[in-house]
Amino acid sequence: MADFLMPSLGAGMEAGTLAKWRRAIGDRVARGDILAEVETEKGLIEVEVFTPGVVSALLVAEGTKVPVGARLAVIEEAAVTRSDEPPPASRDAAAAAAVIDAVTDVAAPTPSWATGAPAAPVRATPSARRLAREVGLDPRAIAASGAHGTLTRRDVLCATEAEPSAAPPRPRVSPYARRRAAALGVDLSCVAPGPDGVIHARDVEAAAVAPAKPDPARAMRRAIAAAMSRSKREIPHYYLAHTIDLGPALARLAALNAARSPTERLVPGVLLLSAAARALAAAPELNGHWTGEGATPSARVHLGVAITLRGGGLVAPAIHDAASATLDELMQRLSDLVARARRGQLRASELADPTITVTSLGERGVETVYGVIHPPQVAMVGFGKIVTRPWVVGDAVVARPTVTVTLAADHRVSDGHRGGLYLAEIERLLSSPEEP
Amino acid sequence: MTEETIRAFVRRAIEDIAPDADLDALDPRASLREELDLDSMDFLALVRAIHAALGVAIPETDYAKIDSLDGCVAYVLRALAAPA
Repeated sequence: MADFLMPSLGAGMEAGTLAKWRRAIGDRVARGDILAEVETEKGLIEVEVFTPGVVSALLVAEGTKVPVGARLAVIEEAAVTRSDEPPPASRDAAAAAAVIDAVTDVAAPTPSWATGAPAAPVRATPSARRLAREVGLDPRAIAASGAHGTLTRRDVLCATEAEPSAAPPRPRVSPYARRRAAALGVDLSCVAPGPDGVIHARDVEAAAVAPAKPDPARAMRRAIAAAMSRSKREIPHYYLAHTIDLGPALARLAALNAARSPTERLVPGVLLLSAAARALAAAPELNGHWTGEGATPSARVHLGVAITLRGGGLVAPAIHDAASATLDELMQRLSDLVARARRGQLRASELADPTITVTSLGERGVETVYGVIHPPQVAMVGFGKIVTRPWVVGDAVVARPTVTVTLAADHRVSDGHRGGLYLAEIERLLSSPEEP
Repeated sequence: MTEETIRAFVRRAIEDIAPDADLDALDPRASLREELDLDSMDFLALVRAIHAALGVAIPETDYAKIDSLDGCVAYVLRALAAPA
């Protein structure tokens, strides 16, 4: 039996609303299948299954807001031995599972979602345990922030705020009202009870007509504010910048694209992403996470790509295993990611903490961007827009397209010298005649 | 294919890429990249859409010629009229 939990999609997320069940009780699910859609500050996110089996219980009604780590569903594992476990649905799913495993190691708040293992007995302070019992919350469903994953009284209070329906006194709800709420997609915790203190169907219907919709752009801004404030409060950033001649690389890219149909062409940004991912081999400590105990470098590069959303806001989903992907693969995955990010169809595994993030200002930005590290990551790479500058080649000054690449890195984890080696490696890769 | 058909198609393609764009307020001779804040990925999406629907493969060296609504429509019209 495995629990399917409300995922943590990065620093700052405390709760999410279960928007839609994509499967029903009794359905067989494979690793990588999408079981639920969850509304978060980062938009509507598709949440995948990591344990194959049969859905045996859906514990949360559509429209309910629950804290990160809360149990959403139960999956009865298929009665198969490990060796004949069906292969992962896709390479991405396998990569995703690995990301999640990595995240589990570093982020105490999501103990069992990742592996699907049954929740271990909860370590909690006595007052936290008492409070949880009083407000009727399952301690296993609350994200713990204390040392070694200990649940604190504050965590319970946070969870209570995140789930108003659990806060006392809870109004009674008539069974018909509950059915109407499910049918209309109304969050019962947002419905005011009638004069008798009971929520009736008419109250639900009134709430459905005038839904108290939170403004998604403001919610996203709040999430960015929380993560970035934490970053600047906790992470001692250091910054490096280096300007690189892109002339030869862009000339080779133009020659490559000239022979290709529009569907197969590459954009210059893909060369930069590829170099940023592969150069991490020269300074692997920049790729990974910082936990309370220290740095955990990641063997795989899950490259977060900052994508500006039209209409405001920013998301940074990951391209999994970017260092081993070909340019064509990166291009295909980047187009797919940008399109889905703008449509609001990202997957939980893509948002569950990339190992490093790249921000690129594109053609209309400025020459240099210094990033703010997204915790728990330990580095952020920035590419400014490509500009033509005077450049010394041999004894002559020539006009060359150049890009300024920057690194913002966590001084607890790396030093300027290592950061410098990393930027030099990006330059070497972009100047190598095999590129692209 | 008439100019109106092509213009309607290009407008729809741009709307798909930049759903928030107000094309009625857009100067048809102004740069699409500048006015609509299209990046190279967006611009390639427009080139791909034109290629997929109208069969015109615009080379990168001609991107500057299609960087306005009028320029784009005129380019596609010429390409379709030219003997294959």
